[in-house]
Amino acid sequence: MKPFIGAVFAIFWKDLLAEKRTREILGTMLVFALTVILIFVFSFDLSVEMRRKAAAGVIWVTLCFAGSISLNRTMGLEKDREGFDSLLLAPVDRTAIYFGKALVNWLYLLITAAIVVPVYSLFNNTSLFSWGVLGVILLGTLGYILTGTLLSSLAIQLRARDMLLPVLLFPVVIPLLLAAVRASTILLQGGSTTELGTWLLMLAGYDLLFSAVGVLLFDKIIEE
Amino acid sequence: MIRAINLTKSFGNRRILRGLSLTLEAGEIVALAGVNGAGKTTLLRVLADLLRPELGVIHYGQFTSRSQPLAYRRSIGVVLHAPMLYGNLTGRENLRFFSRLYRVANHEERVRQVLDLVDLRARADELVRTYSRGMQQRLAIARALLHDPALLLMDEPFTGLDQRSTAVLISLMRQSAADGKMVLLATHDLENAASISTRIDILHGGKIAWSQPAAGLKPGKLMTTYSEITRQTDVSRLDGGAA
Repeated sequence: MKPFIGAVFAIFWKDLLAEKRTREILGTMLVFALTVILIFVFSFDLSVEMRRKAAAGVIWVTLCFAGSISLNRTMGLEKDREGFDSLLLAPVDRTAIYFGKALVNWLYLLITAAIVVPVYSLFNNTSLFSWGVLGVILLGTLGYILTGTLLSSLAIQLRARDMLLPVLLFPVVIPLLLAAVRASTILLQGGSTTELGTWLLMLAGYDLLFSAVGVLLFDKIIEE
Repeated sequence: MIRAINLTKSFGNRRILRGLSLTLEAGEIVALAGVNGAGKTTLLRVLADLLRPELGVIHYGQFTSRSQPLAYRRSIGVVLHAPMLYGNLTGRENLRFFSRLYRVANHEERVRQVLDLVDLRARADELVRTYSRGMQQRLAIARALLHDPALLLMDEPFTGLDQRSTAVLISLMRQSAADGKMVLLATHDLENAASISTRIDILHGGKIAWSQPAAGLKPGKLMTTYSEITRQTDVSRLDGGAA
């Protein structure tokens, strides 16, 4: 287990170090996410109450699209520079590549969320922070990234990978996004705790399911 | 000893390896020659566990590449045509990263050693994207040697190297062989191959069509044999060749 975790963190640190030098991925994600948020803010002349109601949908749409940028780039950069082969040659369980990449993608998405949520709150004069919302963001983004990292490793094998990832990813994450939006809405506006529990359970179940799918399929997907 | 038996690999309808068998003994440097598209890179990628053959098995010691893939991959060092390095990391950071993946003991010391071996210590803290092609190739060789592998697989390793670096690489290969390691070298440069290898194999028609010890082989005879073999297009004629 120790070599596996060591490899996961080695890949994670390697990607962070390269990103620190280029700011290629995170910079693009933040510019994109803030642009989307500003367009939403200035497009509709809504009351504070309505803006609060729309918050969950706007934020999850923004995170979803911004996340697809990092999913495409983190895997794409490996493939473009043939780095992927060097990872496959390493004497570690290849699932470590999956979790290393997922971890770095998750961090990028959480940083994006940490900026997008306060910006939306500021422009709409409404507080969106609560521990519950934080929990939903953690669970929702994790599920999205686990699914996306797996599918991006499939997409990079193909020529039209940039176009293919959203086509593969978005239909698969619809249940996850529904659960995340509904749970966030209940937490922001109040609602049935039973219903909230169901959505949270669905988020946690989705995360577990895609961790297991990743472990089972990643090696098969990346082979050749 | 590494023994590959009956390796078969196709891409779509095109069969690249046709039941190829190959043995490498400790201390051998085997030069693998063949025309473009003969399957040299495919064979190296299969031996490196980057491609899975449809048929065949690779034995290494008491296990096969499939029964203990991690131990198998631990025992090979690979230099492919692309340097497989990260341009936004320095040379030293690249080697540190790979030494963590390969769990190299005393890794800082080992990184220094291999940097010295390929004469890159002075530029080790510069970003790899600023390196010339030859320097990237030298760093790729350092990466392949980092974990002290028993088998070195090298695909056209002299590409981009100047005379001094070529001499360093040849000396590294000879030292590896003297230490009881195995080197498999895919190359078009038959003269260079003949001077450094202990055996020359010609890959044609998806098989080892010709295999001879390099000692005593005259360059002229080697070139003639190579031309004769690679001129043959009827694969069935080659099935009786040494394999």
